[in-house]
Amino acid sequence: MNVIELDRATLRMGGRDVLKHASFAIQAGEFIGILGPNGAGKTTLMRAVLGLLPPSSGQLRVFGRAPKRGDATIGYLPQVRTVLPDLHIRGLEFIASSLDGERWGVPSLKRADRQMIDETLALIDARDLAERPLSEMSGGERQRLLLAQALIGKPQLLLLDEPLISLDARHQETAIAVVRKVCRERGITVLFSAHELNQLLGTLDRVLYLGNGQAVLGTVDEVIAAPVLSRLYGTDIHVVRTEGQIFVMSRGRDVEHAAHQHDHDHGHVH
Amino acid sequence: MFTDMFQYEFMNNAFAAAGIVAVVSGVVGYFLVMRGQTFAGHALSHIGFAGATGAGLIGLAPIWGLTGFTLAAGIVMGLLSERISNRDVAIGIVLALALGFGLLFLHYYTAFASQATALLFGNVLAVDHATIATLAVLAVITLLGLAAIMRPLIFASLQPELAEAKGVRLRFVSTVFLGVVALAVSQCAQIVGVLLVFTLMVGPPAAAQRLTTGLWSGLSLAAALALAEAWLGLTVAFYSDWPVSFCIAMLSAAGYFAALALSARRARHSRAGVIENAA
Repeated sequence: MNVIELDRATLRMGGRDVLKHASFAIQAGEFIGILGPNGAGKTTLMRAVLGLLPPSSGQLRVFGRAPKRGDATIGYLPQVRTVLPDLHIRGLEFIASSLDGERWGVPSLKRADRQMIDETLALIDARDLAERPLSEMSGGERQRLLLAQALIGKPQLLLLDEPLISLDARHQETAIAVVRKVCRERGITVLFSAHELNQLLGTLDRVLYLGNGQAVLGTVDEVIAAPVLSRLYGTDIHVVRTEGQIFVMSRGRDVEHAAHQHDHDHGHVH
Repeated sequence: MFTDMFQYEFMNNAFAAAGIVAVVSGVVGYFLVMRGQTFAGHALSHIGFAGATGAGLIGLAPIWGLTGFTLAAGIVMGLLSERISNRDVAIGIVLALALGFGLLFLHYYTAFASQATALLFGNVLAVDHATIATLAVLAVITLLGLAAIMRPLIFASLQPELAEAKGVRLRFVSTVFLGVVALAVSQCAQIVGVLLVFTLMVGPPAAAQRLTTGLWSGLSLAAALALAEAWLGLTVAFYSDWPVSFCIAMLSAAGYFAALALSARRARHSRAGVIENAA
């Protein structure tokens, strides 16, 4: 069964066609790494899958139907940038706010919910965050809190938008391992956007590479190849493989590394 | 010996009115502080001043001009949401404009001028039974409105991107919330005046959030602190003959800075604890 299916779909954002006539299908249980330069449409694609951005032409189907907002079977980790600087609210309340958060009325935290939150936090080695206020957390700690939150509530599809940003190397590995383990066990389909391919090499089933309004879905060997990437980047790309690592180079520079650096300069969560 | 302040009806009325308003202010203010929208709350009260003086000009009771104007302004701010309500400059300009209009209305209705001080700084000692009844009804409406939107409001405040994806209508929730804030502001202005609504709506909730990080504990503490500061302020004012609003303002500031000092000390202790554990 196809979980996500695009048929000549065009996604328009801010007067620009971010994706033009894209067609591909993602099957149930796949771990898809989404890569591509900044602005290639990683976030836009996820917003479309969430039903926040209808395609301007073509078809987009999620679980076989047009995506609708508020689908409880989709877990989402936004590439958060709205962070209230002075939030003296503990992590537990932060996560609890998302449980049935769209329903009217006064919130109440049931014992089962509390247990579910505790278990998920333990899963990613973040139990201590439940009692700490957000104002005292680092960007990485907030990110781990969000990851835990995305896993709560038995989603069938997980959209993780740059979940590794602002995590240190150790927590990046933990995050990837946890997502892999949980999703394999429960048969969850994962869209995992990232700047670095190499960390995901042992985990991902296929790569979705976005660039230049186009999308290419395939195995690492099919997609991470000079002709394909040159087309997506619109410039000459060389692919260098060494000691099990893959480097995508443009005029002698590592394009992933450059993009990552850029993010560190401007995209801080604090 | 001290005279018993409760032998005077005006003091009983003042305690009742201040009690109602303090609880509403503490609870609504908790969300105002959480959302980082305290300045918007301040602006609403200034717009209310123009409403109150304008109402005087056309022969209406000030409280209805105050409530009507703040409510309308709250809803407009909510609808303009991203564009206006979080922009300090836009809010500051609207705020100043509202005060200017208030002054203009006063200028044309000079008989009303004696009430200007009461509007700006509050006059809780002049509250009568009818006003208490009005405040009680407004308080119930305010709290019911807040209760209705509380769950999506917290979600939208803490995680707007995710809340939007999960189907929360952000603009609707924020508009209803600013309507709730407007009602709370107009009640609060009856007690401490439009210039001092921060004393009950921001001081106690901000102190509460420093002292506890839970949701319900924070809400309860905010309401309790506001109530304590309002009643203690009335008591101090009665025996000292200082203005009530000054006493409440003083207690509000004292409460906030005490909470700040306490939480800083606690943070130092817990950090020291971590270092000890690590060693």
